[in-house]
Amino acid sequence: MANFSLPKNSTIGQGKAYDHAPGAKRTRTFSMYRWDPDSGENPRVDHYRIDLDKCGPMVLDAIIYIKNEIDPTVTFRRSCREGICGSCAMNIDGTNTLACTKAIEDIDGDVRIYPLPHMSVLKDLVPDLTHFYAQYASIKPWLQSQTPAPPDKERLQSVEEREKLDGLYECILCACCSTSCPSYWWNSERYLGPAILLQAYRWLVDSRDEATGERLDELEDPFRLYRCHTIMNCAKTCPKGLNPAKAIAEIKKMMVARTL
Amino acid sequence: MWGGGTSLEQFLTANDTPMANNPLSPHLQVYRPQLTSILSITHRITGVFLALGTVMILYWLVAAASGPAAYAEAQRCLGALPTQVVLFGWTFAFFYHLANGIRHLLWDTGWGFDLDTAYKTGYAAIAAAIVLTLLTWACVLAQGGQA
Repeated sequence: MANFSLPKNSTIGQGKAYDHAPGAKRTRTFSMYRWDPDSGENPRVDHYRIDLDKCGPMVLDAIIYIKNEIDPTVTFRRSCREGICGSCAMNIDGTNTLACTKAIEDIDGDVRIYPLPHMSVLKDLVPDLTHFYAQYASIKPWLQSQTPAPPDKERLQSVEEREKLDGLYECILCACCSTSCPSYWWNSERYLGPAILLQAYRWLVDSRDEATGERLDELEDPFRLYRCHTIMNCAKTCPKGLNPAKAIAEIKKMMVARTL
Repeated sequence: MWGGGTSLEQFLTANDTPMANNPLSPHLQVYRPQLTSILSITHRITGVFLALGTVMILYWLVAAASGPAAYAEAQRCLGALPTQVVLFGWTFAFFYHLANGIRHLLWDTGWGFDLDTAYKTGYAAIAAAIVLTLLTWACVLAQGGQA
């Protein structure tokens, strides 16, 4: 059920303020969500004022700078630093995006950084994605086919068939879209959310996949698919510029089309 | 994959580690309001408001069927300034829900998901609702001032 306020253990207190840029010309304050599982305390927001001339241009550069120079306990996920792994997905300046591809100068004022919204927090900016990955596994994200592969070549697609996967295969499963979706906030137990549904559609339209009927059967459910109310926060926030809302609409169309 | 007699829901929850003490990250508290979400929640709120409005129409119809005295009383109630303000809001809710409803119909055909298009149709729905509301009330006022 939808609970619009935060539970008692999740309300956010005021943390410490660090001024690490006295006398610097180009400075910015980063306000970061912090929660330490060992402290027994509620989450807090710490403020770090840093010299932008001493760190790189992206928000991830600033977070790494803060961890290296000011507070080594700051905890976050990162890997590729070029928008292809999806590890550093977080809520920056009010919307979900990848810290590595978000430029500091594109943000006005203090840079507010929180974990992906409405998720169980493991530590600081690290959310628990277990359920998200289980939902991904539930749509069987692999090619299912009864027909054996040709003995002498791969399963080929025409150019047109392959084009249907454009805008779908680029998804890196960073979870920005799912955790931007109010429907997913209120119903993530049963609603699969935009990221997983986009992935489901990626297999539904694959010309080589032969489990289309079974896949649609699994999605035919008031919650798994139909909790999408076309809010479109997903498409608005996707750091890869993809459109999960459109993919979900296409699934809904396939549901209708197969009954005709 | 999750076979062996386990339902999808069981499979999903079996992989969840219960962590009662971990906090829930902030959501509504920090997520920036934007046209996409604001128009969506407005659609829902106007829908609820419209459902309440049908009670008012019902009252008016019952009064009309109950005789001249009841009808005159209903006309007096509905013509009072506070009710007129609510009726104005109801008119806006009606036209907004209508315009955005057409947006939803277009989405159901698979059209209009491009972000640029979604924003244009969103602004168009707001504009249409405002213009149609004002036009309606201009007509009402021009014809004697009472709804």
